[in-house]
Amino acid sequence: MTIFQLEIQLVAAVVAAACALPGAFLVLRQMAMMSDAISHAILPGIVVAFFLTGDLSSPLLIIGAALTGVLTVALVEVVNRTQLVKEDAAIGLVFPVLFSIGVILIARYAGDVHLDTDAVLLGELALVPFDRLVLGGYDLGPRALYLMGVVGLTGVLFIALFYKELKLATFDAGLAATLGFLPAVLHYALMGLVSVTAVAAFDAVGSILVVALMVGPPATAHLLTDRLARMIGLSVLLGVVSAVSGYWLAHALDASIAGSMATMVGVLFGAAFLFAPHRGIVAVMRRRVRQRWTFAQKMLTIHLLHHEDRPEAERESRIDHLQEHLQWSADFAGRVVRQSIQNKLVIRTNGHLALTEAGRRLAREAIVQA
Amino acid sequence: MDLFQQLFTDYTLRTVALGAATLGAVSGALGTYAVLRRQSLLGDAISHAALPGIALAFLLTGSKLPLVLMLGAALAGWLATLLVMAVTNMTRVKYDSALGLMLSVFFGFGLVLLTFIQKLPNANQAGLDTFLFGQAAALVQRDVVTMAGLGGVALLAMGCFWKEFKLLSFDAEFGKSLGFPIRWLDVGLTTLLVIAIVIGLQTVGVVLMSAMIIAPPAAARQWTDRLGLMVILSMVFGALAGVSGALLSAGTTNLPTGPTIVLCVSIVVIGSMLLAPNRGLIWRWLRDRRSGRRLRLEAVLLDLYALAAQHDHRDHPHAEAVLDAMNPHMGPTRRKLQALAERGFIRPVEPAQWALTPGGIAEAERLLRSRDGGEGEREKGREGEDR
Repeated sequence: MTIFQLEIQLVAAVVAAACALPGAFLVLRQMAMMSDAISHAILPGIVVAFFLTGDLSSPLLIIGAALTGVLTVALVEVVNRTQLVKEDAAIGLVFPVLFSIGVILIARYAGDVHLDTDAVLLGELALVPFDRLVLGGYDLGPRALYLMGVVGLTGVLFIALFYKELKLATFDAGLAATLGFLPAVLHYALMGLVSVTAVAAFDAVGSILVVALMVGPPATAHLLTDRLARMIGLSVLLGVVSAVSGYWLAHALDASIAGSMATMVGVLFGAAFLFAPHRGIVAVMRRRVRQRWTFAQKMLTIHLLHHEDRPEAERESRIDHLQEHLQWSADFAGRVVRQSIQNKLVIRTNGHLALTEAGRRLAREAIVQA
Repeated sequence: MDLFQQLFTDYTLRTVALGAATLGAVSGALGTYAVLRRQSLLGDAISHAALPGIALAFLLTGSKLPLVLMLGAALAGWLATLLVMAVTNMTRVKYDSALGLMLSVFFGFGLVLLTFIQKLPNANQAGLDTFLFGQAAALVQRDVVTMAGLGGVALLAMGCFWKEFKLLSFDAEFGKSLGFPIRWLDVGLTTLLVIAIVIGLQTVGVVLMSAMIIAPPAAARQWTDRLGLMVILSMVFGALAGVSGALLSAGTTNLPTGPTIVLCVSIVVIGSMLLAPNRGLIWRWLRDRRSGRRLRLEAVLLDLYALAAQHDHRDHPHAEAVLDAMNPHMGPTRRKLQALAERGFIRPVEPAQWALTPGGIAEAERLLRSRDGGEGEREKGREGEDR
């Protein structure tokens, strides 16, 4: 592994971590698509700031883009307020306009500078190590690393300082407003953070993959935990894992690094979707199957208890009668009986079933519960 | 004018215009349902998700036939939609997150495939990246024929299931109770939406295609409350924006097609939101102003009536200054009094003294009755609720 490769991975990891921080709140607040809107809509801000400064690494670019991001949020709000279109349509109307203006500006006036549309959409991580921060003659490493580092730290600071407020506003906006926490201010602050992160990240990964890094790891973490702090931590971790594994995938295929990172985000989500301990599809299926059998066993014990010591007990406790009475197939009834015997809920004597003490207790508990 | 003439003589221009019109009309028609069903952003996800489908179709067949690429795009877009549905139905992940995730992951995977293809030896991949932003000028007759064929099928299907899709969009629960296979209708309508999106990718590009799904219906919605008219208007708006954008872009150097079309259609949206009768913002502003004016006139008239009620004669005159004082936040009442006089409800007696006319007394009593009546009705309503 060369030093360049190490640097690319480092930058990718920092980008992923910085995106995951505000992303966790976007996912929880059901505003994930705002990351899509903002990451597209900041383009004209970047272009205009670039025309003003003529320098792609100027901090003005970040400020310009962040302002455009907040403007996007405000515009969506304005369109939404008119009540002429629904909220999702408002988002979908605003950001393509801003993005289109940005692309046209680039195509017409900036055709031959670094700022081309492919770079905007797709980013180019492989070029990151060539833009270095040199201070007083010392080479301090890739400039993007410092930029993303500062942005990431801002995110950490913001969340650490306003953790309680963010948590409350996210889970109970009404209560937050009553207690005087100004959810609107928090909302715009969060959107500002999303904008700043998106603009700093998109030079490296492009505007669309910012969405993958902001939404993917938090959505995955959401499947794995119920605690906010743990979810944020997991999001960062999952983002870093996607970044590094994505880099090596790209290395193996000789393909786009950013695209591979997004692919790995998808792979991780898919894995959690299927295999997450409690909420994964497999776990849910297994739970359902298990519940089906325990429920059937309970039914059997209740049925037996119901007719125990009654005149009809002789008829009702026959195994082949279960098919008729509980409308079970012979196969199903056989399996339930076998399991119940195994669990020492019933005992079998000459084709008749009798409850054990444990079975009687289970049936009574089940009746009380119902 | 020159451009207009060329439209009929110039082969390229005609092709471009036809293609853009087809795209605008089909996406406008099917977008209507997406917007009404609050699935506006689904179009965004589908169009982004189409990218790996295009790349895979090329990778597997080596062909750049529009039908092959569109088929790949449609399959990928459709798969993404199904995954979004599966994730939202089966886990706690919400719709918006599922959309954002599928959109970006599919797009990212598409990029991996595209860059992988670019590095293959001898691969004739030139042109695949026009799918990012679209390139109207590159449309040839073959493309337009494919677009029109697929679009025609989609529109025909929409027509055949008109009643069912209407029911699905406005009251799916009722439809279910009537025994319609709502789930299949949902899948069918989504498939048509996928077709509409796939048709436009080559012209507008994956990034901005979503705007073609949202904007024409959003504009059409302002002008009508009827689904049929909305679909037709939306098709017209979409086609108009498509043609004007594509022609502008084809006739100008360095003007990418997708963004130009999007700006055109957005102008239509802004115009509709401002100007449309009844719903439009200007219309609404005028109406608010008018009713505010009417309410203020009524308030002054009733004040005058209340003052007069304390005298033997209902036409007892009162000073303007008193009325000014009774409505401190309304500003001077003179203009309102003059307006009331023009309507014949009051008459000037001396300078700055006004008295009710018989017509004015009748009007004031009518207003009071209707307000009392209104309140009486409300009282009754409340009693009804209590019971």
